[in-house]
Amino acid sequence: MEIMNEPTTSTPSRGGRRWVIIAVWIGVLGLLALLGFGLIRRQEGPVGVGTRAPDFTLTTFDGRTMSTADLRGKVVLVNFWASWCIPCEQEAAELQQASQIYAGDEVVFLGVDYVDTEPEARAYLARFGITYPNGPDLRTSISQAYRTRGVPESYLLGPDGVIRSVKIGPYSSLEEITQAVESARGGE
Amino acid sequence: MEPVRASLRPSLLSAKWGAALLALAISCLWSSPALAQEPTPSDDQVNAVARQLYCPVCENVPLDVCPTQACAQWRATIRDKLALGWSEQQIKDYFAAQYGDRVLAAPPARGLNWLVYLLPPLVLIVAGFLLWQTMRRWQRAAAQAPASPPPSETDPYVQRLEDELKRRG
Repeated sequence: MEIMNEPTTSTPSRGGRRWVIIAVWIGVLGLLALLGFGLIRRQEGPVGVGTRAPDFTLTTFDGRTMSTADLRGKVVLVNFWASWCIPCEQEAAELQQASQIYAGDEVVFLGVDYVDTEPEARAYLARFGITYPNGPDLRTSISQAYRTRGVPESYLLGPDGVIRSVKIGPYSSLEEITQAVESARGGE
Repeated sequence: MEPVRASLRPSLLSAKWGAALLALAISCLWSSPALAQEPTPSDDQVNAVARQLYCPVCENVPLDVCPTQACAQWRATIRDKLALGWSEQQIKDYFAAQYGDRVLAAPPARGLNWLVYLLPPLVLIVAGFLLWQTMRRWQRAAAQAPASPPPSETDPYVQRLEDELKRRG
Protein backbone atom coordinates (compact mmCIF):
# COMPACT_ATOMS: atom_id res chain seq x y z
CA MET A 1 0.00 0.00 0.00
CA GLU A 2 2.83 2.33 0.91
CA ILE A 3 4.48 1.82 -2.44
CA MET A 4 1.30 2.75 -4.26
CA ASN A 5 1.10 5.95 -2.24
CA GLU A 6 4.64 6.98 -3.23
CA PRO A 7 4.80 9.83 -5.74
CA THR A 8 5.88 9.05 -9.29
CA THR A 9 9.14 11.03 -8.79
CA SER A 10 10.62 8.06 -6.82
CA THR A 11 10.84 5.87 -9.96
CA PRO A 12 14.46 6.77 -10.87
CA SER A 13 15.70 6.07 -7.28
CA ARG A 14 13.94 2.72 -7.38
CA GLY A 15 15.73 2.00 -10.65
CA GLY A 16 19.03 2.98 -9.03
CA ARG A 17 18.30 0.72 -6.07
CA ARG A 18 17.60 -2.14 -8.44
CA TRP A 19 21.03 -1.70 -10.01
CA VAL A 20 22.66 -1.63 -6.59
CA ILE A 21 20.92 -4.88 -5.71
CA ILE A 22 21.97 -6.44 -9.04
CA ALA A 23 25.57 -5.30 -8.45
CA VAL A 24 25.55 -6.73 -4.90
CA TRP A 25 24.22 -10.06 -6.19
CA ILE A 26 26.85 -10.18 -8.93
CA GLY A 27 29.51 -9.48 -6.31
CA VAL A 28 28.20 -12.18 -3.97
CA LEU A 29 27.95 -14.75 -6.77
CA GLY A 30 31.45 -13.83 -7.97
CA LEU A 31 32.82 -14.37 -4.50
CA LEU A 32 31.04 -17.70 -4.17
CA ALA A 33 32.43 -18.78 -7.56
CA LEU A 34 35.92 -17.81 -6.42
CA LEU A 35 35.53 -19.76 -3.18
CA GLY A 36 34.17 -22.75 -5.05
CA PHE A 37 37.06 -22.67 -7.51
CA GLY A 38 39.53 -22.53 -4.63
CA LEU A 39 37.85 -25.45 -2.86
CA ILE A 40 37.80 -27.55 -6.03
CA ARG A 41 41.52 -26.87 -6.55
CA ARG A 42 42.29 -27.81 -2.95
CA GLN A 43 40.45 -31.10 -3.26
CA GLU A 44 41.90 -32.06 -6.62
CA GLY A 45 44.83 -33.94 -5.09
CA PRO A 46 48.25 -34.38 -6.68
CA VAL A 47 48.64 -34.50 -10.45
CA GLY A 48 47.92 -38.06 -11.49
CA VAL A 49 49.49 -40.81 -13.54
CA GLY A 50 48.88 -40.38 -17.26
CA THR A 51 48.65 -36.61 -17.12
CA ARG A 52 51.22 -34.24 -18.56
CA ALA A 53 53.61 -33.15 -15.83
CA PRO A 54 53.76 -29.42 -15.18
CA ASP A 55 57.01 -28.03 -16.57
CA PHE A 56 59.24 -26.13 -14.21
CA THR A 57 62.68 -24.60 -14.00
CA LEU A 58 64.83 -25.36 -10.98
CA THR A 59 67.80 -23.26 -9.94
CA THR A 60 70.02 -25.68 -8.08
CA PHE A 61 71.99 -24.93 -4.93
CA ASP A 62 75.17 -24.84 -7.02
CA GLY A 63 73.67 -22.26 -9.38
CA ARG A 64 72.72 -24.43 -12.36
CA THR A 65 69.37 -24.03 -14.07
CA MET A 66 67.47 -27.19 -14.97
CA SER A 67 64.26 -27.13 -16.96
CA THR A 68 62.05 -30.19 -17.33
CA ALA A 69 61.09 -28.95 -20.80
CA ASP A 70 64.75 -29.35 -21.81
CA LEU A 71 64.79 -32.91 -20.47
CA ARG A 72 62.29 -34.31 -22.98
CA GLY A 73 63.45 -37.69 -24.21
CA LYS A 74 64.73 -38.62 -20.77
CA VAL A 75 63.08 -40.21 -17.79
CA VAL A 76 62.96 -37.69 -14.94
CA LEU A 77 62.44 -38.52 -11.27
CA VAL A 78 61.23 -35.43 -9.39
CA ASN A 79 61.58 -35.85 -5.65
CA PHE A 80 60.10 -33.32 -3.20
CA TRP A 81 61.90 -33.26 0.16
CA ALA A 82 62.92 -31.03 3.05
CA SER A 83 65.67 -31.12 5.64
CA TRP A 84 63.11 -31.00 8.48
CA CYS A 85 61.23 -33.99 7.02
CA ILE A 86 62.13 -37.16 8.93
CA PRO A 87 60.51 -39.64 6.44
CA CYS A 88 62.59 -38.02 3.68
CA GLU A 89 65.71 -39.37 5.39
CA GLN A 90 64.46 -42.95 4.87
CA GLU A 91 64.83 -42.69 1.10
CA ALA A 92 67.64 -40.13 0.76
CA ALA A 93 70.53 -42.61 0.53
CA GLU A 94 68.58 -44.93 -1.79
CA LEU A 95 67.70 -42.10 -4.15
CA GLN A 96 71.38 -41.17 -4.34
CA GLN A 97 72.30 -44.81 -5.02
CA ALA A 98 69.67 -45.04 -7.74
CA SER A 99 70.90 -41.82 -9.33
CA GLN A 100 74.37 -43.35 -9.50
CA ILE A 101 73.05 -46.56 -11.06
CA TYR A 102 71.35 -44.58 -13.83
CA ALA A 103 74.04 -41.93 -14.25
CA GLY A 104 74.57 -41.25 -17.96
CA ASP A 105 71.63 -43.49 -18.78
CA GLU A 106 69.02 -40.97 -19.91
CA VAL A 107 67.53 -40.91 -16.43
CA VAL A 108 67.68 -37.62 -14.53
CA PHE A 109 67.04 -37.21 -10.81
CA LEU A 110 65.86 -33.79 -9.62
CA GLY A 111 65.46 -32.89 -5.95
CA VAL A 112 63.02 -30.12 -5.14
CA ASP A 113 63.61 -28.74 -1.66
CA TYR A 114 60.24 -27.75 -0.22
CA VAL A 115 59.99 -24.75 2.20
CA ASP A 116 63.41 -25.15 3.73
CA THR A 117 66.32 -23.06 4.90
CA GLU A 118 69.41 -23.21 2.72
CA PRO A 119 72.08 -24.01 5.36
CA GLU A 120 70.06 -26.94 6.68
CA ALA A 121 69.25 -28.12 3.16
CA ARG A 122 72.93 -28.08 2.21
CA ALA A 123 73.81 -29.93 5.43
CA TYR A 124 71.17 -32.55 4.61
CA LEU A 125 72.57 -33.05 1.10
CA ALA A 126 76.09 -33.35 2.52
CA ARG A 127 74.98 -35.80 5.21
CA PHE A 128 73.50 -38.21 2.65
CA GLY A 129 76.18 -37.53 0.04
CA ILE A 130 73.57 -36.44 -2.51
CA THR A 131 75.14 -35.30 -5.77
CA TYR A 132 72.22 -35.18 -8.21
CA PRO A 133 70.75 -31.70 -8.89
CA ASN A 134 68.79 -30.21 -6.02
CA GLY A 135 67.30 -26.75 -5.62
CA PRO A 136 64.78 -24.80 -3.58
CA ASP A 137 61.12 -24.64 -4.51
CA LEU A 138 61.04 -20.85 -4.63
CA ARG A 139 57.65 -19.39 -3.67
CA THR A 140 56.47 -23.05 -3.58
CA SER A 141 55.58 -22.67 -7.25
CA ILE A 142 56.68 -26.20 -8.21
CA SER A 143 54.89 -27.96 -5.35
CA GLN A 144 51.78 -25.90 -6.11
CA ALA A 145 51.93 -26.90 -9.77
CA TYR A 146 52.20 -30.57 -8.73
CA ARG A 147 49.59 -29.99 -5.98
CA THR A 148 51.71 -31.90 -3.48
CA ARG A 149 50.23 -32.64 -0.09
CA GLY A 150 53.55 -32.89 1.76
CA VAL A 151 57.01 -34.38 1.64
CA PRO A 152 58.39 -36.71 0.53
CA GLU A 153 56.62 -37.17 -2.77
CA SER A 154 58.14 -38.45 -6.01
CA TYR A 155 56.96 -38.20 -9.60
CA LEU A 156 58.40 -40.23 -12.44
CA LEU A 157 58.11 -38.52 -15.79
CA GLY A 158 58.39 -40.48 -18.98
CA PRO A 159 60.46 -39.24 -21.94
CA ASP A 160 57.30 -37.60 -23.32
CA GLY A 161 56.78 -35.59 -20.13
CA VAL A 162 53.80 -37.66 -19.04
CA ILE A 163 53.68 -38.85 -15.42
CA ARG A 164 54.30 -42.59 -15.25
CA SER A 165 54.15 -43.09 -11.48
CA VAL A 166 53.56 -41.15 -8.30
CA LYS A 167 54.94 -42.09 -4.90
CA ILE A 168 53.39 -40.40 -1.87
CA GLY A 169 55.70 -40.93 1.09
CA PRO A 170 59.21 -42.38 1.05
CA TYR A 171 60.40 -45.18 -1.22
CA SER A 172 60.93 -48.21 0.99
CA SER A 173 63.97 -49.59 -0.83
CA LEU A 174 66.38 -49.15 -3.71
CA GLU A 175 64.50 -51.91 -5.55
CA GLU A 176 61.27 -49.96 -5.40
CA ILE A 177 62.99 -46.98 -7.01
CA THR A 178 64.67 -49.01 -9.74
CA GLN A 179 61.44 -50.86 -10.50
CA ALA A 180 59.59 -47.54 -10.87
CA VAL A 181 62.33 -46.15 -13.12
CA GLU A 182 62.42 -49.31 -15.25
CA SER A 183 58.66 -49.22 -15.63
CA ALA A 184 58.87 -45.55 -16.71
CA ARG A 185 61.57 -46.46 -19.22
CA GLY A 186 59.58 -49.46 -20.42
CA GLY A 187 56.72 -47.20 -21.42
CA GLU A 188 58.94 -45.32 -23.87
CA MET B 1 122.59 23.30 8.22
CA GLU B 2 123.08 19.55 8.07
CA PRO B 3 123.16 19.05 11.83
CA VAL B 4 120.04 21.09 12.14
CA ARG B 5 118.31 18.85 9.64
CA ALA B 6 119.64 15.88 11.50
CA SER B 7 118.29 17.23 14.72
CA LEU B 8 114.90 17.90 13.06
CA ARG B 9 114.53 14.38 11.70
CA PRO B 10 114.08 12.62 15.05
CA SER B 11 111.57 15.23 16.15
CA LEU B 12 109.65 14.81 12.88
CA LEU B 13 109.70 11.05 13.31
CA SER B 14 108.47 11.28 16.84
CA ALA B 15 105.71 13.65 15.68
CA LYS B 16 104.68 11.10 13.02
CA TRP B 17 104.65 8.31 15.59
CA GLY B 18 102.67 10.50 17.92
CA ALA B 19 100.14 11.25 15.22
CA ALA B 20 99.88 7.57 14.35
CA LEU B 21 99.35 6.63 17.97
CA LEU B 22 96.74 9.37 18.32
CA ALA B 23 94.96 8.13 15.20
CA LEU B 24 95.05 4.57 16.58
CA ALA B 25 93.69 5.76 19.91
CA ILE B 26 90.89 7.69 18.17
CA SER B 27 90.07 4.73 15.96
CA CYS B 28 89.91 2.53 19.07
CA LEU B 29 87.60 5.02 20.72
CA TRP B 30 85.40 5.04 17.61
CA SER B 31 85.46 1.31 17.13
CA SER B 32 84.68 0.35 20.71
CA PRO B 33 81.14 1.81 20.66
CA ALA B 34 80.63 0.17 17.26
CA LEU B 35 81.57 -3.16 18.80
CA ALA B 36 79.18 -2.49 21.68
CA GLN B 37 76.40 -1.81 19.13
CA GLU B 38 77.15 -5.02 17.21
CA PRO B 39 73.62 -6.40 16.76
CA THR B 40 72.82 -9.53 18.71
CA PRO B 41 69.09 -9.89 18.11
CA SER B 42 67.17 -10.90 21.21
CA ASP B 43 64.30 -13.40 21.20
CA ASP B 44 61.89 -10.47 21.47
CA GLN B 45 63.34 -8.85 18.36
CA VAL B 46 63.17 -12.14 16.47
CA ASN B 47 59.60 -12.79 17.63
CA ALA B 48 58.54 -9.27 16.66
CA VAL B 49 59.29 -10.23 13.04
CA ALA B 50 58.24 -13.86 13.43
CA ARG B 51 54.73 -12.94 14.55
CA GLN B 52 54.23 -11.15 11.24
CA LEU B 53 54.97 -14.39 9.42
CA TYR B 54 53.19 -17.72 9.32
CA CYS B 55 54.63 -21.22 9.28
CA PRO B 56 54.67 -22.29 5.61
CA VAL B 57 53.96 -25.94 6.41
CA CYS B 58 51.54 -25.79 9.35
CA GLU B 59 48.03 -24.40 8.94
CA ASN B 60 47.49 -20.91 10.41
CA VAL B 61 50.30 -20.99 12.98
CA PRO B 62 52.28 -17.78 13.47
CA LEU B 63 56.01 -18.36 13.31
CA ASP B 64 56.70 -16.98 16.80
CA VAL B 65 54.62 -19.67 18.52
CA CYS B 66 55.16 -22.55 16.11
CA PRO B 67 56.82 -25.48 17.93
CA THR B 68 58.18 -27.46 14.95
CA GLN B 69 61.82 -27.91 14.01
CA ALA B 70 61.19 -26.20 10.68
CA CYS B 71 59.86 -23.10 12.44
CA ALA B 72 62.90 -23.06 14.74
CA GLN B 73 65.05 -23.03 11.57
CA TRP B 74 63.07 -20.11 10.17
CA ARG B 75 63.37 -18.17 13.42
CA ALA B 76 67.12 -18.79 13.26
CA THR B 77 67.06 -17.39 9.72
CA ILE B 78 65.29 -14.26 11.02
CA ARG B 79 67.95 -13.90 13.72
CA ASP B 80 70.72 -14.22 11.11
CA LYS B 81 69.12 -11.62 8.87
CA LEU B 82 68.58 -9.20 11.77
CA ALA B 83 72.21 -9.65 12.77
CA LEU B 84 73.17 -8.71 9.21
CA GLY B 85 71.23 -5.47 9.65
CA TRP B 86 68.21 -6.38 7.52
CA SER B 87 65.00 -4.44 8.16
CA GLU B 88 61.69 -6.12 9.01
CA GLN B 89 60.40 -5.41 5.52
CA GLN B 90 63.50 -6.92 3.89
CA ILE B 91 63.09 -10.08 5.96
CA LYS B 92 59.40 -10.34 5.10
CA ASP B 93 60.20 -9.82 1.42
CA TYR B 94 62.86 -12.54 1.63
CA PHE B 95 60.41 -15.00 3.21
CA ALA B 96 57.75 -14.17 0.61
CA ALA B 97 60.30 -14.71 -2.18
CA GLN B 98 61.38 -18.03 -0.71
CA TYR B 99 58.08 -19.51 0.44
CA GLY B 100 55.34 -17.48 -1.23
CA ASP B 101 52.94 -14.79 -0.06
CA ARG B 102 51.05 -17.23 2.15
CA VAL B 103 53.72 -16.84 4.85
CA LEU B 104 52.79 -13.18 5.28
CA ALA B 105 50.30 -12.34 8.04
CA ALA B 106 48.94 -9.50 5.89
CA PRO B 107 48.72 -10.38 2.18
CA PRO B 108 50.36 -7.86 -0.17
CA ALA B 109 47.88 -5.54 -1.88
CA ARG B 110 47.99 -6.90 -5.43
CA GLY B 111 45.89 -9.09 -7.70
CA LEU B 112 43.02 -10.89 -6.02
CA ASN B 113 44.44 -9.90 -2.61
CA TRP B 114 42.87 -6.50 -3.19
CA LEU B 115 39.53 -8.12 -2.35
CA VAL B 116 40.71 -8.56 1.24
CA TYR B 117 41.25 -4.83 1.57
CA LEU B 118 38.39 -3.55 -0.58
CA LEU B 119 35.50 -5.84 0.30
CA PRO B 120 35.03 -5.06 4.02
CA PRO B 121 34.80 -1.26 3.56
CA LEU B 122 32.72 -1.76 0.42
CA VAL B 123 30.26 -3.99 2.28
CA LEU B 124 30.07 -1.43 5.08
CA ILE B 125 29.41 1.39 2.62
CA VAL B 126 26.70 -0.56 0.76
CA ALA B 127 25.10 -1.70 4.03
CA GLY B 128 25.16 1.89 5.34
CA PHE B 129 23.61 3.17 2.12
CA LEU B 130 20.83 0.56 2.21
CA LEU B 131 20.16 1.30 5.90
CA TRP B 132 19.98 5.04 5.22
CA GLN B 133 17.60 4.49 2.30
CA THR B 134 15.35 2.20 4.34
CA MET B 135 15.21 4.63 7.26
CA ARG B 136 14.42 7.49 4.92
CA ARG B 137 11.59 5.46 3.39
CA TRP B 138 10.20 4.67 6.85
CA GLN B 139 10.37 8.33 7.81
CA ARG B 140 8.58 9.35 4.64
CA ALA B 141 5.90 6.70 5.17
CA ALA B 142 5.39 7.86 8.76
CA ALA B 143 5.07 11.50 7.63
CA GLN B 144 2.53 10.58 4.95
CA ALA B 145 0.41 8.35 7.21
CA PRO B 146 -2.85 10.07 8.30
CA ALA B 147 -2.83 11.23 11.91
CA SER B 148 -5.13 9.26 14.18
CA PRO B 149 -8.41 11.15 14.73
CA PRO B 150 -9.04 12.74 18.14
CA PRO B 151 -11.34 10.76 20.37
CA SER B 152 -14.89 11.69 19.51
CA GLU B 153 -17.14 13.04 22.27
CA THR B 154 -19.96 10.99 20.88
CA ASP B 155 -18.00 7.80 21.38
CA PRO B 156 -19.92 5.86 24.05
CA TYR B 157 -16.74 4.52 25.51
CA VAL B 158 -15.28 8.04 25.94
CA GLN B 159 -18.55 9.25 27.32
CA ARG B 160 -18.57 6.45 29.88
CA LEU B 161 -14.99 7.24 30.85
CA GLU B 162 -15.83 10.90 31.35
CA ASP B 163 -18.82 9.98 33.52
CA GLU B 164 -16.74 7.65 35.57
CA LEU B 165 -14.06 10.32 36.15
CA LYS B 166 -16.64 12.89 37.15
CA ARG B 167 -18.23 10.48 39.64
CA ARG B 168 -14.92 9.69 41.28
CA GLY B 169 -13.48 13.20 41.14
